[in-house]
Order: sequence, then C-alpha cells, then structure tokens
Amino acid sequence: MSVDKATVAKIASLARINMSEDDLDTLVPEFNNILSFVEQLSEVDVTGVEPMTSVIPNQQRLREDAVNADPLTGGDIRDKVLANAPVAEHGFFGVPKVIE
Amino acid sequence: MPGWPWKNVLALQPNRRSGGKMSNYRIQGATGEWEVVIGLEVHAQVTSEAKLFSSSSTSFGAEPNTQVSLIDAAMPGMLPVPNMECIRQAVRTGLAINAQINKWSRFDRKNYFYADLPQGYQISQLYHPIVGEGELLIEADEKAGLPEDKIIGIERIHVEQDAGKLMHDQHPSMSYVDLNRCGVALMEIVSRPDMTSPAEAGAYLAKLRSILRYVGSCDGNMDQGSMRADVNVSVRRPGEELGTRTETKNVNSVRFVMQVVETEANRQVEVLEDGGRIVQETRLFDPTAGTTRSMRSKEDAHDYRYFPDPDLLPVELDDAFVEACKASLPELPDAKRTRYVETLGLTPYNARELTAEVETFARFETLLSETARALGKDEAKLATQVANWSLSVAPGVLKSLGDEADPANSTAEAQAKILKLQDAGEISGGQAKEIYEIVLKTGRDPEEIAETEGLKQVSDTGAIEAQIDEILRANPEKVEEYRGGKDKLFGFFVGQTMKAMKGKGNPAVVNQILKQKLG
Repeated sequence: MSVDKATVAKIASLARINMSEDDLDTLVPEFNNILSFVEQLSEVDVTGVEPMTSVIPNQQRLREDAVNADPLTGGDIRDKVLANAPVAEHGFFGVPKVIE
Repeated sequence: MPGWPWKNVLALQPNRRSGGKMSNYRIQGATGEWEVVIGLEVHAQVTSEAKLFSSSSTSFGAEPNTQVSLIDAAMPGMLPVPNMECIRQAVRTGLAINAQINKWSRFDRKNYFYADLPQGYQISQLYHPIVGEGELLIEADEKAGLPEDKIIGIERIHVEQDAGKLMHDQHPSMSYVDLNRCGVALMEIVSRPDMTSPAEAGAYLAKLRSILRYVGSCDGNMDQGSMRADVNVSVRRPGEELGTRTETKNVNSVRFVMQVVETEANRQVEVLEDGGRIVQETRLFDPTAGTTRSMRSKEDAHDYRYFPDPDLLPVELDDAFVEACKASLPELPDAKRTRYVETLGLTPYNARELTAEVETFARFETLLSETARALGKDEAKLATQVANWSLSVAPGVLKSLGDEADPANSTAEAQAKILKLQDAGEISGGQAKEIYEIVLKTGRDPEEIAETEGLKQVSDTGAIEAQIDEILRANPEKVEEYRGGKDKLFGFFVGQTMKAMKGKGNPAVVNQILKQKLG
C-alpha cells in the first residue's frame, strides 16, 4: 500500500492542516516508508485468528453514573479548561467564525 | 451526522417483516403518481447523571463550559471510561423494541474536524453497535391517515457522544463554543426505510418517544434537543426501484418531521418531473418557511475514516446484566394498551389516549386504584367511568378555569371522592363538575363542598315523592293524556320534577317513582 501526493493533501485538508507543496513533497515518501514498514505484517498468515483488541485478556471496565466523582474526570473546572484557549470570552471559547 | 457509509449496504431494502403493505399516500405529480419512502435516524439523549466517558454533569442549561472535564475538552493523555448507566439504558431501550442485544460491542472513532468537537473525532459505534435489529408498532388511527397497524423495522441502536454547541451571533468575527453538551451520551436509533407517508413518519417518532419515556432512557424533551430526527426521504414511481434520498438534519418535533417529509417529497417530485435528478445530500429544515435547503457540504466532508478506538476495549455484557435490564423494564405501551382493553374493558380509543404519555397513564392508574379503594369495588368495574373522567370531564373543567385552577389541588384522593359521591348517586354529573371546579380553585374537600354548597342530589324518596305528587296534582289533564298512551309526556313530568327540585333530584329515583305513580 502506498499513498500519492493527492491523498496526503486530502488528509491534511480533512484535518484542516495547511501544507505547502514542499511539505507534501517531504511527507509523501515519509508516509510511504511508514506504510511499507507496517506492511511487513501482512506477510504473516492470520487465517482464522480473531483480531486482538488488547495484549492482555481484559474487559472494558465501566464507570458508575456519578457526577464529578473523580476530580480528574469531572466538570466544574471552567478556568482550567479555558486556561490554554487562545481566546476565551464570557466563559466561552472564541474561535474564528465558522458557519457551515 | 451526515451520510453513514454503511447505510448504502445495509439499509436500502425495506424490511420484509413489514409485509410490504404500503399506505395509500401518493404524491400527484404532473406526470403521474409517486410513492414516498422514509427512514428516520433519531438521536436521543440518554438519561444519565454523568456523561458517556467522563463524570461531568449532563444537566441542561448550566453556565457555559462549567460541565466540561479534561476528558470532554480532549486534553492529551486523558482516558475515556464508559458510563455503565448509559450502556444499561441502551440495552433496556433495545429490549423494549424487541431488538437483538449484542453482548460484544465496540466503539469506533469517527474523524472530522470542527470547532464543536475538540477531540477531532466522535466516539461512536459503526461496526459493532450494542443493539441490533428490532421493531416498533404504529397503531391504526383512521383520523391521522393510518388505516391499519404497521410494524416499522429498526436496524440498530448505537451509543455515541454528542458534540458541543457553537454560537455564531454573539460576536462580529468570532464564534463562541460551549462544550457542556460535548460528550453527553446519545443513542442513535436507525429505522428501516419502512415508512411511506408523513403520517407514518410522525406516528413512528411519537411512538418511539413514548417507548423511550416509558423505559426512562430518554426524557423525550424535543424542544430542549433531547430528541431530534434526521429524516431520509426519497420518491419513486409505485413499485419501482428506490430513488436517491436526501437527509434533512436535526428536525425536532413530530409535526416538523411530517412537514419535512411532505415538502421534501414534493420538491423531489418537482425536480424529477422537470427532468432533473436528485443529489444525495444533507439538507436543513427552516421551520418558519416550512422548506428545506441544501447545506452544500463539501464532497469530501463525509470521509470519516472510521477505525476502532484504541482507548477503549470492547464492551462485553453477560447474561445476568441483560436479564437485569429486562427485569427492570416497566409494562410497555403496547402491552398496557392491550391490558386496558382486555382486562379493564376500555374502548381502543380510550386505551390509546391513556397510554400514549407516561404522565397520563400514571394519573389514570393512581386515580383508578384510589377510586377502587374508596368504593371497595373492582378496578375493572370502575375503569370506564374513571377513564371518561380522566380523558374528558376533568381536562374540560381544568381548561375552562384557565389560570384560576391550581393543578396541585387535583389530587387523586379528591377526584376519587368526587367519583365516589357520583357513584353513590349523591351528586349528579353536573354537580361533580361544579365540585371539581371548587376543588381546583381552593383545594377544599369534595365532601365538605357538596354539603356546604348544597351540591347534592336529593335521593330521599319521601322528598321526591312529595314533589311528584304536587306536580301530578297540578297537571291532571297531562296525566290523563299520558295514561291514554301519550308516552312522550314522561319527559315532561321528569322535567317538571327536576325543575321544581332545582336540578337536585336524583334522576334515577325520580324516574322510578314517576313510573310507579303514573303506572
């Protein structure tokens, strides 16, 4: 599997990343290097092998339905949440006007 | 969420189980008749305290960004952990629509870049949804344009995150972002394209909402956005292959869904008859104008590059979990409606009216059991009387009073007392209404009102007899005529007696005594 310049340009635009022609010229071979490295895996015959979702046999653990049970995963931390925003006004994030 | 890629494979054929019965709804084009084919994707906010993958609150209307955790804000290194309650509610909902429950399901990333989605992807379930095939019954309702019962197939229910909210009108050059909704759990409930008229689409959404509210998995508040529908519409010549569909997003009422189907189908017919073709696209509904318009999204905007979310293991459910979900389900609308008809002896119309909304049946059942207790009678014997009271008498009085009424005064206890007085013949139907009016305004006790305000029928045979004797004495020639065969005059005597008693005579007793005397 390999990608061409157009594909890389499209992926960049989907992620709203601006790329110059030079950037693309550098990235296309890099992408293809990574892809061909990973592609070595396709040499292994995995017929009949269930896709593995974790290296240890484990089930998804579920959380209790409790608000702000854990300070690291709870709300009420607006200042922290907005601290790194380039623009924050009246408690909102401010972003360049986007109307679809 | 526009343009599900798997739909092209999975959802093109109407469900065979629906028996292929088509409604008679047709659009009359200039060149002939057209059929409409409709499928709905309903997003329903799961009732839970905390969000799907974080413990921030889901409550509505909080200050912007106060209900956002580091997970919801997509800070690097944060690990999502699914909320068990959201999983449980999705399973309960699946069981309520007789759906297959997938004990092994998995979350996928749906990638798109937008300011309302800080992760850059929505965690959803594309390949292995938690709920598979199910179905829902919409009931015949002649007046609404539904000639017979119909089963609508449901393809799947999956669980996913909601996005944040953008506000475009608060600043001249910026949009404001509020992430309070971001990460709230949604169920996406995808129907088969089994509906063929606006009435069916409306009935499907109303029934789905009713089931969700019975189950308690979604509050069904459409005006707060807790439930919204994406409406897929296509048209075709009767019996021909399916046409190209359009998807109108975020329609938030039953009436609007019906309106979207109607205007969008007519628009498509016009385009096709003018020699144009339908473009598969996302459209927006404008409720003020009653029309839909294209969102003109870029073609590649639908390239979501789904892949399994590496942060989350598959969700595996055991039998005990599913059994506990099943055991926790209440009596559902169809079962309740059947019981009301078969066990309580209600008319199908009354049964449908009483079971449509959770609040309605709850009030009815409380009043019925309270009345049965007060009267020491079987519920089945009183059901029709209580149903009529609940559906027509009481709402009529409440409406006529407007703001004067305090609905809090309308307790089951007070209403049961009124029904008891009426059942015992102590008050007439008219007096029951008058008493209920006073109850609604003041909260006074019905028995006390009946006494104090003189709102009681006279059932005392002595008093009634005396009154009747007087009437008969005053009208000897009418009595002769009646005895001579002029039966119609019976009504005259009843009327005279009631008038003399100022409407307070118990009609049954008056009739009985009159018959004896005139005999």
